[in-house]
Order: sequence, then structure tokens, then C-alpha cells
Amino acid sequence: MDRITRVWVYLAETPLLWLALTVGVFWLAQQIYHNTRGFALLNPVLVSIGVLVGLLTITDTSYAVYFDGAQFIHFLLGPATVALAEPLAGQAAELRRAWLPIVVALSAGSLTAIVSAMAIGWAVGLTPETLLSMLPKSVTTPIAMAVAEEVGGLPSLTAVLVILTGITGAVIGIPLLRVLGLRDPLAKGFAMGVAAHGIGTARAFEHSERAGAFSGLGMGLNGALTAILVPLLVWLLGF
Amino acid sequence: MIGSLAALLAFQLAGEILVRLTGLPLPGPVLGMLLLFAALLARGRTPAVFAETTHGLLAYLGLLFVPAGVGIISHLDRVAGEWLGIAVTLLASTALALVATAFTLRYMLRRQGD
Repeated sequence: MDRITRVWVYLAETPLLWLALTVGVFWLAQQIYHNTRGFALLNPVLVSIGVLVGLLTITDTSYAVYFDGAQFIHFLLGPATVALAEPLAGQAAELRRAWLPIVVALSAGSLTAIVSAMAIGWAVGLTPETLLSMLPKSVTTPIAMAVAEEVGGLPSLTAVLVILTGITGAVIGIPLLRVLGLRDPLAKGFAMGVAAHGIGTARAFEHSERAGAFSGLGMGLNGALTAILVPLLVWLLGF
Repeated sequence: MIGSLAALLAFQLAGEILVRLTGLPLPGPVLGMLLLFAALLARGRTPAVFAETTHGLLAYLGLLFVPAGVGIISHLDRVAGEWLGIAVTLLASTALALVATAFTLRYMLRRQGD
């Protein structure tokens, strides 16, 4: 018993345990996802978060202790965002040809994401802090958190809402667009990136390299546009 | 591979520094992505080793969002209190944004094609 306690004391203090568990749980979740041929609700990001929240609750571990270990994975988001330039450069010819449709679609999608969240959130009676934290939900975590801070939301809540939006987009995106009769991988991918940032992009890469490349583009462009539009709309509409 | 990783970090660093110098409303990595994109276009073609590294990193993009997502544990009370409103807003707004983006793009591409 004493020996087990000593092992637990060691594990509870080192970042290794939660780092190993995060990678291990995600690996398992991905195996399950592939074995069910990509059953949408078993999205590996969603399953991993659920399992890890359960483990933290059972062991009474705080998020700060968990993040001490998991921060090494979190850090890689930066280089991975930079890496999105590579598949995108492979689509340079298409990009040059379709720049005007891309700019128009980006504007339509970005405005729809923000204004619909304002309108629906207000209609269902969300509290002001939750509503303001929700507005930048479609863009990648670091941009969304900075925007939330600027308009008076709660950045840490925004991080959660951003992940939930990404998972929602990854789960419903491709089936929804297919049902509505949209086949073009370029349009599918770009929409996933604009509406559901990096998690949508991860899903788009599973669909095809081309969809993934345009999803990365949509994510980057909408990040920039949302950083400008959310503060502007909040000011204009007097939220 | 280590050279490719060094290049990715260097572009991220350049992005972070430029954002702080210019006050652009963008995160450093996104500016780093735009700089790398410009560099790859200027170079004309991507070295195979570099493409291998980026594909390796992007294959596990989903994993990188897990640590931030587990942060929901700090907001369980708020999320539990407003879960229905949050769920309805997220679902409807995300679906609308997907449809608006995809169909505008398809419409514009077809118009351009004619």
C-alpha cells in the first residue's frame, strides 16, 4: 500500500503522466474511430476530451496540474499552424484562379458565423458573458481568446466553445453538405475551415488533401477577418 | 526532418516578432503561415523532406486541440447551467456558417466558370 502511494505521489507530481495519458487516450480514440469506419459521433477529439475529463474528475486532479503535462502537446499548435502553408502552396494555381470567389465566400461565411451566433444566442437567452465569449467561436483558439478578451467575454470559456464548435463542424459538416447536394471538395474544405477552424481542417484532410488545403486557407483567412469583425459588430450593435 | 522543424519554428518566431512590432490583429503562427506560404511560392517547389514533416504534423492536428478542450472542466458549472442554449446556438450557427460559405463559393465558382 505504501509503495502504491509512493508511486502515485511521484506520478501526480511529474508532467509525464498526463502527457502520456493525453497521447495514449487520443491514440485509442483514433483506433476506435477507424474501426467504426469514421462514425461521426466518435470523433477522436470529442472522445479524448470526454475520457480525460472523466479521469481528472475521478482522480480529483486540477486542470492546472493536467495542463502542466499537456502543455507540450498544446505548444505544437503553433508549428502545426505554420505547417498549413505547405499543402496550401500545393494549390497555388487554383488559388490564383479562384481568389475572387474565395474572398466573397469568406466574407459571407465569417459574417454568418458571427451574426447568427449573436441572434440565436440572444433569442435563447444566453447570459451576456457567455454570448460575448461565443462570438469568435469559429476561429482558431489563440485568435478567439484574444478577441473575447477585447470585447469583454471570458477567454478560457471561449477556448472551450471554440473546441466544441470545431467538433460540431467536424461531425456535421461533411454529411450536412452532402445531403444538401454539394460535391465540390474545394467548397466543402473551405467551408469546414471557415466554420470549424483546425478541428474542421483535421476532418477535411481525412476527406482529401485538396479539401484539407482549402480548409487550412479558410481557417487562416477567417481568423484574420473575425479578429476585425467581432469588435466592430459588438460596437455597432451596442452589445 | 530536424531542419524542417527548425524552419517551422523560425517562421513561427518571425510571425510572433512581426505581430509585436506592427500591432497586427493576428496571432504569430497565422502570420508565420502566410510568410511560409509566400516563401514556398517564391521558391517554386517544396522539398520532399519538408512535405514529409508537415504531413506528419498535420496528420495528428486533432490531438493538438485536446489539452485546450479538457479546459471545459473549469467551466462545467456554467456549461451545465446554460447547456441547452449553448448547444442550440453552436449547432445552428455552425450549420449556417458551413452552408453560407460552401454555397456562396460554389455559386461564385460557377459564375466565374461561365
